[in-house]
Amino acid sequence: MDKFTVLNGLVAPIDRANVDTDQIIPKQYLASIKRTGFGEGLFAEWRKDASFVLNQSRYKGATILLGRKNFGCGSSREHAPWALMDYGFRSVIAPSFADIFFNNSFKNGFLPVVLSEAEVDRLFHECNAFPGFRLVIDLERQTVASTDGALTMHFDIDPFRKYCLLNGLDEIGLTLRHADKIRAFEARRKAQHPWYF
Amino acid sequence: MTARTLFEKIWADHVIVVSPQGEELLYVDFNLINEGQSFLAFDQLRMEGRSSRRPQQHLAVTDHYLPTINRDRGTAGMANPEIRRVVEMLDENATEFKLPHIGWGHLDQGIAHVIAPELGIAQPGMLITCNDSHTATNGACGVLAIPIGGGNQLRHVVATQTVWLKKPKTMRFTVDGVRPEAVTAKDVILSIIREIGVGGATGYAIEYAGAAIRAMSMESRLTICNMSIEGGARIGMVGPDDTTYQFLNGRRKAPQGADWDRALTYWKTLPTDADAAFDRELSFDAARFAPMVTWGTSPEDCSPVDGVVPDPSSIGDGDRRRHVERALDYMKLKPATPLQQVAIDRVFIGSCTNSRIEDLRVAAAVVKGRRVARNVKLALVVPGSGLVKEQAEREGLDRIFRDAGFEWREPGCSMCLGMNPDRLSAGERCASTSNRNFEGRQGPGGRTHLVSPAMAAAAAIEGHFVDIRRWT
Repeated sequence: MDKFTVLNGLVAPIDRANVDTDQIIPKQYLASIKRTGFGEGLFAEWRKDASFVLNQSRYKGATILLGRKNFGCGSSREHAPWALMDYGFRSVIAPSFADIFFNNSFKNGFLPVVLSEAEVDRLFHECNAFPGFRLVIDLERQTVASTDGALTMHFDIDPFRKYCLLNGLDEIGLTLRHADKIRAFEARRKAQHPWYF
Repeated sequence: MTARTLFEKIWADHVIVVSPQGEELLYVDFNLINEGQSFLAFDQLRMEGRSSRRPQQHLAVTDHYLPTINRDRGTAGMANPEIRRVVEMLDENATEFKLPHIGWGHLDQGIAHVIAPELGIAQPGMLITCNDSHTATNGACGVLAIPIGGGNQLRHVVATQTVWLKKPKTMRFTVDGVRPEAVTAKDVILSIIREIGVGGATGYAIEYAGAAIRAMSMESRLTICNMSIEGGARIGMVGPDDTTYQFLNGRRKAPQGADWDRALTYWKTLPTDADAAFDRELSFDAARFAPMVTWGTSPEDCSPVDGVVPDPSSIGDGDRRRHVERALDYMKLKPATPLQQVAIDRVFIGSCTNSRIEDLRVAAAVVKGRRVARNVKLALVVPGSGLVKEQAEREGLDRIFRDAGFEWREPGCSMCLGMNPDRLSAGERCASTSNRNFEGRQGPGGRTHLVSPAMAAAAAIEGHFVDIRRWT
């Protein structure tokens, strides 16, 4: 898993509440038998509309998604953060998230940032007003700021999740912190019960 | 030292670290991999640039999707492109991650849980994982065999050779008494599930004990442990004894020479201590068991074959009544219909529950010299592995089945799960030796009746269920 430290990225706004995982990645794309490539299916139904945010050239290359409340609700599919990441997003900012999507995001190195409704409103306004609007998300300092620093907002995050993201530690990474113990266990077992190896 | 159960001894032997959240990091001695969903794990490992930590402690086995016909034509013989792709991917992934693989063309190919015991991979005292819910089958060999998820958990096992798990509680089923003739292991486990319910053992690791279990062959014990998950338990085990050791001795991957003696000494320390305590205990009398048939859409929905379809209106519990009503509607069965009057369209003898040589011998003895009934459109026998198939052919069982009108297929999961081309059509009724009778399990709209191999064979001959105890 890639480390998440500071992200300086173009912001794409999706001004709808309750964006569900069926919209993020419609079920016909789940049948894909590769975990990579889900970006193609990201918001596939909405992308059929030429005016949809992701079809506008001003948002091309965006890495930060701006959303409304209860982002990621619906089916528990882990494909939702995969699709967002495969498309190029690294973070989504919203006033609230659905539980399973929130957990799945952290497991996959994707940062969901919770800001207040008022703060999110402000960001939507800035984003619409200024083409090329970028934000800097600094995980260590737990801040979301405009590139000129004029606008700075603080966000909360569970310390353990922050530690894992900063160090790029997924479940495997966490386990491998015990690599010495695993090796020692293995050596001992092999000496005691060689026929199992 | 305090008295411990078989499960507790093997679990304790594999703990590396205990997390502050109460999960334990366990060492995985061996991991089996099938093609269902495992591509997700490999895709992510590839993206992360990770490799397999201990490749020789894994075995990839193609069983779930693999068609049971046209094997000689290789993957070109697989008409469905998605099935072909999934089968090819396991092959590619196994090669890329340097994992041993028993693929579609291999002589040993078969169902993972049939192969692991017969090759001597499953040995007492081991911890074995597999991305399949019927992994507990291997517990019959005195193994702590645990199902894992095909995505993140499998990926973790491949990369680290360990798994994080919360320790389950312990439960012992003591089955004493002598099984009546014609009552098989399948009938014993169905009877137990009927009594405890499909969630009856959720959160527990089961140990099957008692005189009736001791008297069983390894094949029968494998059938018993196989269906632990249908009672809700992810783990089911039988303490190793002489039956286990005799079964293992001389098998390809079993220890040899001095290693065998050393292993045996250790294995004999594993059975549950006389005064060890379980969190729950239940006792059963094998003499009371009868051949069973499921009539509903959950494995607990079963009755002795001389019984009738239940009447939901006589069931007091509201949830249970609604379930039975729905099940009978799906199964198109009327209350009070004698089970022996239920006519069938298809017969499936196979699956990780009942596809071993003992199962095929019993079924062959029933059909020998007889013919499949006219109303039965298709009767399939699918051996659990290439070795089972070879043995059966040596004994002439394939001839007996073919002469009776059965199809004799190549090894695999086949009609157990509707993932490969062997499926029921909507409305078809099947006498099946598999483990699950959920709605649509064997194909959308298909109606499954779970039975033993002998009962399935007799149903094929008569075209409806019969009481094998009185049938001649």
